[in-house]
Amino acid sequence: MELLRLATAGSVDDGKSTLIGRLLYDSKAIFEDQLESVERVSRQRGDEYTDLALLTDGLRAEREQGITIDVAYRYFATPARKFIIADTPGHIQYTRNMVTGNSNADLTIVLVDARKGIVEQTRRHAFLASLLRVPHLLLCVNKMDLVGFDSDVFDSIREEFAAFASRLEVSDLSFIPISALQGDNVVQRSANMPWYEGASLLHHLEQIYISSDRNLIDPRLPVQWVVRPQATSQPDYRGYAGRVAGGVFKPGDEVMVLPSGLTTTVASIDTFDGALAEAYPPMSVTIRLTDDIDISRGDLICRPLNQPTVGQDLEAMVAWMTERPLVPGDFLALKHTTRWVRAVVRDIHYRLDVNTLHRDETAPSLGLNDVGRVSLRVTQPLYYDSYRRNRQTGSFILAAEDTNVTVGAGMLLGPD
Amino acid sequence: MDRGWGIAGSGQYQLSQLQAIEAQSIHIIREVAAEFERPVLLFSGGKDSVVMLRLAQKAFWPGRIPFPVMHIDTGHNFPEVLEFRDRFVDAMGATLVVASVQESIDAGRAVEEAGTNPSRNRLQTRTLLDAITEHKFDAVFGGARRDEEKARAKERVFSFRDEFGQWDPKNQRPELWSLFNGRHRAGEHIRVFPISDWTELDIWQYVADEKIDLPSIYYSHRRQVFRRDGMLLSTGPHVDPGDDEEVFEATVRYRTVGDMTCTGAVESFAASAEEIVIEVAASRLTERGATRADDRVSEAAMEDRKREGYF
Repeated sequence: MELLRLATAGSVDDGKSTLIGRLLYDSKAIFEDQLESVERVSRQRGDEYTDLALLTDGLRAEREQGITIDVAYRYFATPARKFIIADTPGHIQYTRNMVTGNSNADLTIVLVDARKGIVEQTRRHAFLASLLRVPHLLLCVNKMDLVGFDSDVFDSIREEFAAFASRLEVSDLSFIPISALQGDNVVQRSANMPWYEGASLLHHLEQIYISSDRNLIDPRLPVQWVVRPQATSQPDYRGYAGRVAGGVFKPGDEVMVLPSGLTTTVASIDTFDGALAEAYPPMSVTIRLTDDIDISRGDLICRPLNQPTVGQDLEAMVAWMTERPLVPGDFLALKHTTRWVRAVVRDIHYRLDVNTLHRDETAPSLGLNDVGRVSLRVTQPLYYDSYRRNRQTGSFILAAEDTNVTVGAGMLLGPD
Repeated sequence: MDRGWGIAGSGQYQLSQLQAIEAQSIHIIREVAAEFERPVLLFSGGKDSVVMLRLAQKAFWPGRIPFPVMHIDTGHNFPEVLEFRDRFVDAMGATLVVASVQESIDAGRAVEEAGTNPSRNRLQTRTLLDAITEHKFDAVFGGARRDEEKARAKERVFSFRDEFGQWDPKNQRPELWSLFNGRHRAGEHIRVFPISDWTELDIWQYVADEKIDLPSIYYSHRRQVFRRDGMLLSTGPHVDPGDDEEVFEATVRYRTVGDMTCTGAVESFAASAEEIVIEVAASRLTERGATRADDRVSEAAMEDRKREGYF
């Protein structure tokens, strides 16, 4: 059984909670005690129908105010796949939450109300999914029952969205007309829309091909931890533990270690469950090397003929997530793969309007929920790839040096 | 688990979902060991903490687990679980720290709740926070899962706690990619939940695949029980059935193990992890909903306890 991580975004009234509730309920991931609890609270509040949003909105303030504050994680499984939904609110802190929810997603569902068509929020969600390079984007045109299941409505929304998406970097785009409330095309194909020949939403989620989404080209192992048992049974064992961030490693491979630049050979790939013939993303392994060279946390194992970019001057798209604006001259803590370094903001080239994609090159700062292109200089060289090429070695987070809070997320731009 | 690494017929280089979440958990555990001065792993002998400890063993193998494990001992334990705890931790070669709720009560740091057979569930918070301060722990691994409870569904993997041990659900750090932020000042600490993405079914599937040893009470057995608040409670040293609570023998197992006074059994004939996988897959009740009185106090009972510093 494979794992598919999906992100959803939407506002209170576009039917997102109903859709998630239906996916969970129809896949039997909602339990009777959860449903009873939701029904009881709905009755107490005097709701006319059972508010499935209460399943995901767990915090006291959310229930009291009827809003979603934060990213919630939901789980369901079918015989084919396990799904993890990162469910993000559409309005409050939208950039911060959307960026968070999309950072690990294989697929993003953007919901559109068939009566309203493409709105500002639709474009914003699609843009943020493309910025985070979610490999698959799925536009669900919801509430088709309220437009008489009219294929013309669906077609015109699809055309308008496809035109907009052509300005984004979206590698795989699909469209499904649904009614979350009545279940049309959610789990079963709908008899109300015989003109739609594609898969139901659940079938789409089960079948979409995700194996090729990871980088299997560029071998990268950021060293997390050096394993030295220092036991009499294994006095000389020295292994480099980490999570494969790209490519495939095999015993016998010639590898290079950065920053030293020394080359050696993979002696073995060890796990508790035995040695492996190959290691690939996202495995957590321990690699032993044939030569005894000085390697510590934060170093990177790659191939001599396939090295990452090494540099201290970084260009990145940064999503800013805190009230205090980002301005040139700011010092921040930056975490990239397994390293923390210090960074200074050199320049803000432009702020991107996430609704219109307009670049404001006069912007002096980035405010809360802004996205912009930023130049940074870091205290030590990073070994990185462009985010476009590798989401693991191309991403970083920024933390405030005084409060330690995570204040920004960065996607590195590179030579490719 | 099928250690063929990958899924037959799904194309090359694809992990199964259990392999993928296992790899993620190991990554998290290694990050903590590398970035914190004094981590500790909370271990109750329950299935989630057992799986977490096994993942820690895998993370550092063939090296030893580079941090101690700690049990917050309510004094209301199932005897089978205590026996298991000592045996399992010893087999892992790990160091065990026990922090006792009874000692907190004796020292006047915590006050036993009123009523018949009061639970010490909530009292554990005081003992836990005191132990964190005493040992200067800066990272505390917990075995909570997001599918357990709705407040937990919103908690981060690295969950910041202020100097009072409090969780502020509305002011959590964004958590992106696999880049965890464990930065904190002296006196603050981070709770770390490496199995956040595991479901109850995943845990049982893993226990079955990996042949992991668990306390015997997880499997079907005969036991003297009585009904209280719609739950089957076991008779025992800390639990006295009232005059109107009829004691009878039933074939039961536990879905969670906690304070004996508030942890209910479910009627079941499932005697192995494989049989439990089948039962859990068909279950229509969450494990906490079915068996934990402590969550029934209010809609936000868990959130309220977590704000105070609970697990």
